[in-house]
Formats: sequence, structure tokens, C-alpha cells
Amino acid sequence: MRKRFTFVLSVVLAFTLVMAGCSGNNNSGSSEAGNGGGAGESAGATELSFWTFNELHQKYFEDMAARWNEKNPDKQIKLKGSTFPFEDSHSKLLVALQSGTGAPDLADIELSKFPNYLKGKPQLASLNDVLEPEFSHYVKSRADIYAKEGQYYGIDYHVGASVIYYNTEILGQAGINPDDIKTWADYEAAGKTVLEKTGKPMTTLEVADQWSFWPQVAQLEGPDDLLKVNGEVNLDSPDIIKVLEYQQSLIKQGIAVAAPGNIHHAEEYYGFMNQGGAASVWMPMWYMGRFIEYMPDLKGKIAIKPMPAWSEGAPRSAGMGGTGTVVTLQSKHQELAKEFLAFAKLSVDGNIQLWKQMGFDPPRTDVWDMPELKEANKFTDYFGDGIFNVLTEVKDEIEGVNIGEKTPEVFDAIDTQIVFRALVNNEDPAAVLKEIAAQLK
Amino acid sequence: MVRSGSRAESSLTGGKQVTKRNNILYSQKLAPYIFVLPFIISFCLFFAYPVYSTVIMSFQEVFPGQVTFVGLDNYKELWNPTFFKAVKNSTIYTVLTLLVLIPVPLVLAVFLNSKKMKAKNFFRSVTFIPALISIVVLGIIFRLMFGGQETALMNQFIGLFGLEKIAWLNSASTSMLVLLVIATFRWIGVNLLYFLAGLQNIPHSLYESAEIDGASTWVKFTRITMPLLKPISIYVLTISIYGGYSMFVESYMLYAGNKSPNDIGLTIVGYLYRTGLEKGELGFGSAVGITLLLLTLAITFIQLKFFGMFKREE
Repeated sequence: MRKRFTFVLSVVLAFTLVMAGCSGNNNSGSSEAGNGGGAGESAGATELSFWTFNELHQKYFEDMAARWNEKNPDKQIKLKGSTFPFEDSHSKLLVALQSGTGAPDLADIELSKFPNYLKGKPQLASLNDVLEPEFSHYVKSRADIYAKEGQYYGIDYHVGASVIYYNTEILGQAGINPDDIKTWADYEAAGKTVLEKTGKPMTTLEVADQWSFWPQVAQLEGPDDLLKVNGEVNLDSPDIIKVLEYQQSLIKQGIAVAAPGNIHHAEEYYGFMNQGGAASVWMPMWYMGRFIEYMPDLKGKIAIKPMPAWSEGAPRSAGMGGTGTVVTLQSKHQELAKEFLAFAKLSVDGNIQLWKQMGFDPPRTDVWDMPELKEANKFTDYFGDGIFNVLTEVKDEIEGVNIGEKTPEVFDAIDTQIVFRALVNNEDPAAVLKEIAAQLK
Repeated sequence: MVRSGSRAESSLTGGKQVTKRNNILYSQKLAPYIFVLPFIISFCLFFAYPVYSTVIMSFQEVFPGQVTFVGLDNYKELWNPTFFKAVKNSTIYTVLTLLVLIPVPLVLAVFLNSKKMKAKNFFRSVTFIPALISIVVLGIIFRLMFGGQETALMNQFIGLFGLEKIAWLNSASTSMLVLLVIATFRWIGVNLLYFLAGLQNIPHSLYESAEIDGASTWVKFTRITMPLLKPISIYVLTISIYGGYSMFVESYMLYAGNKSPNDIGLTIVGYLYRTGLEKGELGFGSAVGITLLLLTLAITFIQLKFFGMFKREE
């Protein structure tokens, strides 16, 4: 009898643990990474809450809150930042906005998710009054991607100009000067040489994310992108089919390989690249931070250059990705939140800090030539001086992107279907793109 | 007890009104309802009402500040290749987990219940411990173990046999295998516990008399153990079907997000999460949820009918 009782008891105990385990999962997914606050608090300060998915963004805003408090003794704020995992942060905010309660004053929304928040009546405050005066010296395409019906709802951290990172050591072994690579055809030829002489692939391509495919599509001349200007799906356009065919032919020749771990943000990829696995990779400017953090052995070996063009003289860059900070309609201090947001991300000071603290190419073009951006920092230590010369060089060639209600679906299709089927399963690019385009229309 | 208490009290105070009040407070008719009230309230609040509002929402298009009735449109939209893929994946996963997670724990439980078995408690604990590991941790570890690189653990392992490296998570069959391995690793101990509990309830005398009649071990297993374990087996089967169809976190962690190449890891709940929460189409997401509910209800109903659970005890 006692034995049975012990057994029953152990089962009960075990299940309590299982239950505890389950609830543990949920918590670990959504626990706050930091309580923030603390930045220049004082009595009577207005509390502003801020949600993000990137701890660096939170630190940035906390720092800017301290600067704001120094300059505005009469309008003190107390910033309460919270960092959540990427998906959680977006779904939590979406649910809060939908249910009409619980949203923060300020929040970060990533570009590929942004259209989800513009469905129906956007529950975000219009930022036209702070944005419009700055447009003469601002990369306006970075504001247009967060707009609906003439109202601007988000302010970006960066231009996200797409660039190409060359491993000069590998290119040197193959006797190639990166400055000679002007077009994608040159790039392919150089890739052949690299493969012959070093046995290494020229690049890696993402097969489960959009950062290899989208920059090449966006840099195409003309107003259309993955979406047409009017918001229709453009995946089956002949130009886009050509981009995918180009990538497939790189893979077939061995000039490119599928990124280890499928994406350029995978642990496997960082390790592979850090050991000199491939000679180059094209990613937006904000990818610099990943090199510094995850590929320390490449320090001093990476050269940042404009992307090759599709033909001589064609655009060599596109504004890629981005995160818009928004003010929610649920905020009780909308005006103050807006002013602070403009201070943190629109002002000259703010834009200089965006570069200094986070290595972002700030959206204000008038700060690009300022001496503050030439000062040495961890980015110049790693990549050498003159990072900004690349940007000033392509200043007028940065193609905008079209973001519309279909954008999240198109990215889903790229990430899960298009690039994988064409580059890993070797299906016919035209057939894949046409099939997906038909599904999404 | 209750009655004598109230009587004692009323006789003490002697007042008529007090007696009346006590009758209500100590009423035997009311007591059971009061005792189950906390459950009823939480059931209504956290189950009945959400189900009701999900049903309503599945007929609506729900955007902030803009809710419109769209009739059956959400259900019509379900007729798409992605949803079919999700249903297919969930079904394959459920069937495979049933094939592994019912027979294997059953046999292991019989072994662990045998008198000849040594170090029973040790094995019991060892098989159960995986159930205590957070699925988040488990998923990340398995993702790295089954990585596509030569240096990943499983590729090194098959390399010992001279096999080429495999990109495990990039093809439908191997990724299903990985999901199945996770499920087996995690749930085998739990199911084993159920069966063990069932086995310990079978009276020893049955086996003894069977031995006297000269029954072999196999005959004892098929004629005594199996039939007497039927209620437990049906219970395990039912929760396993539901568990299989509601699988989501395993695949979410394995692919570090809800996106898997060619949607090979997409489950019905994954699709619900993608449409309802990631895209903010709560109406459509509700339709997916209701469809999942009906699907599992139908399967469970058929299965219970098949096992004669609705018949009266003979």
C-alpha cells in the first residue's frame, strides 16, 4: 500500500514539474530583457513606455532620454523600455492595438511587419508634422515605406543602403581588385577566378530569408519592386525572374553556395564566414554590426563597396529593411512622445548618435559629410576609414522600395518558397515565381 | 455534520430568522454548486467565452476599429495550398507519433513493471527526465545537433559510417524525422508513466492463475495485460491525437521562427499563429482554430466510437 502511495505521489510531483516546465516556456519567451528607465529621472517626469525587439535600440533610446532631459528641464521624461523577442514584440503590440488597451507610448515595428499595422484604421499617430519639415535633407523613401494615404506613421533608424562586403584576403589570393567589379557580369567572372584559384565560393546566398534576393531586385532601375507602385504583386515580372535565374546560375557553377544554416543570421553561417568560407557577401549597411560581433577574425580583411550594378551606370544600392518607431494612439502623451521621437531620430544630433552608437547610416543626408561621422569608432577599427565615402558615392543611386499591404505575404513566400525552391531544389525560377505570384494575387 | 451543526447553532441563538439564514448557508442542495463555482467561473471566463467569441470572429474580418461580418469568406479562403500543407504535415506527424509513442512505452512499461527488472527507479527517472526539459531549450539543441554542416553532431555521427552530410532540416522527410525524434525523446517517459500506472492496477492473482493454467508470457501479455490496459490506452491515444495536431513549439524552435523552407515544418497551429497573430488577421486565424477544433473532435469521436467507448459496460 505504501509503495503505491509513493508511486502516486511521485506521478503527481512529476506532473507538477511538467506543468511548471510548460509555463516556464511561455515566460522565457516574453520576459523583459531589461526594465530600462533610470535615465535622468526626476520628480514630475512624464513616463513614456517603449517596446522594441533589439536591446541596442532600447539602450539608444535610454541614452537619448538622458540627453533630452538635460536640454528640456521643463519637460522631463522617464523612459521605460522593454525588449522582447522579435516575433513576440510584434504580435504583442498588434494584439494590444487591436484590443484597444495595453499598448506602449512608443514602439519599434520592423519594416516587413509594418503593413500589418496599417490594416483597417491605423492605431498609430500621424507623424507628418515632425517629418515634413525635414524632407529637404532626408532620404524620403525611408519615410514613404511607413506611410498610408499620405500619413507617415514611422521614423526609421537608418537608410539601410545595401552594400557588398569583400574578403580582401581571398580576393588577393585570386588576384582580383574589388574596384574592378562594376556589374553583376563582372562579379560572376571574378567569382569563377576565385573558385578556380582558391577553391572557395565567391558568395553565399540566403535560401530562407530575403536579404540576398531583395537587394538585387530593389536595385533594378524603375519604380517597381517586389510590389508594383500600385501595390500589386510584381513577382512574375521578367526582370525579377532574371534576378532569380542569375542566382541559380551562380549556384549551379559553384560560384555561390546556399548560406550554411540557410540564412545570413545563423550561427552556422557566422562560423563558416569567420573562417574565410566565402569571398564576399552582399547585405545592407546595418549588417556591419554582425561582422564585429560574430566574425571577429575577419577584422581588417573586409572592404565595403557599392554593390555591382545590373548594367554599367545602373543604380548600385537600395534602401533595405528598417525599423520604424511609432507613437501609438493609445498614448496619453502623444505630443511629448512625438517631440522626443523627433529629437532622438530626426534631429542632427540624433542622426550623429545613430551612427556613433549603432553604426547605422542615418537617414538625414546633411549629416553624412559632418566631421563627427569621420571620427574613429569600433566600426572604423574593423572596416577601416572611409565607410561613409561609399555611402556618399552611391547617395543618388539608392533605389526606394515599395511596401504595401501584400508585403508581409510576399516576404513569407520568398522566405519559405521562392529562394529555397529555386536555389536548393533547383526548380525553374520562372515557374516558381509565376506560381507564387498567381497564388498571391 | 452540516445539519447537526446548524441545529446546534440555531438552538443556541433560538431566533427564527437566524435559523432561516442558516438553512440557506448550510443548505445541502446549494453546497455542491458553491464548491464547483470556482471551476464554473474559470471555465466560463477562460474557455466557454473565448470559444464563443472565436466562433463569432471566424465569420468576421477583424481589424482595429473596423470589424465587418464576411459570412463564410474566411472558411472559403482556407481552401489554399498552404493550409493543406499544414494539415498534411500535422496529420503525418500525428500518425507517426502514435505509431511510436503508444507501442514503445507500453512495452517499456511492461519491462519496468517486471519483477526481474533491476534498477527500476533509475530507468523510470531516466525516461521521464526529458519531459521536464523546456521545449525551447530542447528545440535549440536539436537544431544545432541536426545542422547541415559537416561539423554538426549528427553529421559527424553518420560520417562514422561513411555517409555524406545531410541538410537534415531542409527536406520534408528528414525534418519530420527530427520532429519525431524530439517527440519520442520528450514524451516517451510520460506515456510510460500512464501505462505503468495502469499495469500496477492489474491484480496479480490474474497472472498467478494464468500461470497455473500454463499460460506463456506472450499469452499473458495479449490476454491479460492488453485488454486490461484498454482504458489507459484509449486515454493515451486520445491525448496523443490532440497533442499531435496541436504541435507548434517544436517546429517553431527547430526553425528559429515560424518559417521553414518550403513550409515543411508548418503545422495547423503554426498556420493559425502566422495568419492570426503575425499578420493580424484575427478573423481568419479564428477560422483556422475552429477548423482544427472540429478536425480533432471528429477524429477523436470516430476513434472512441471505434473502441466502443460509447457502449454501456457489458
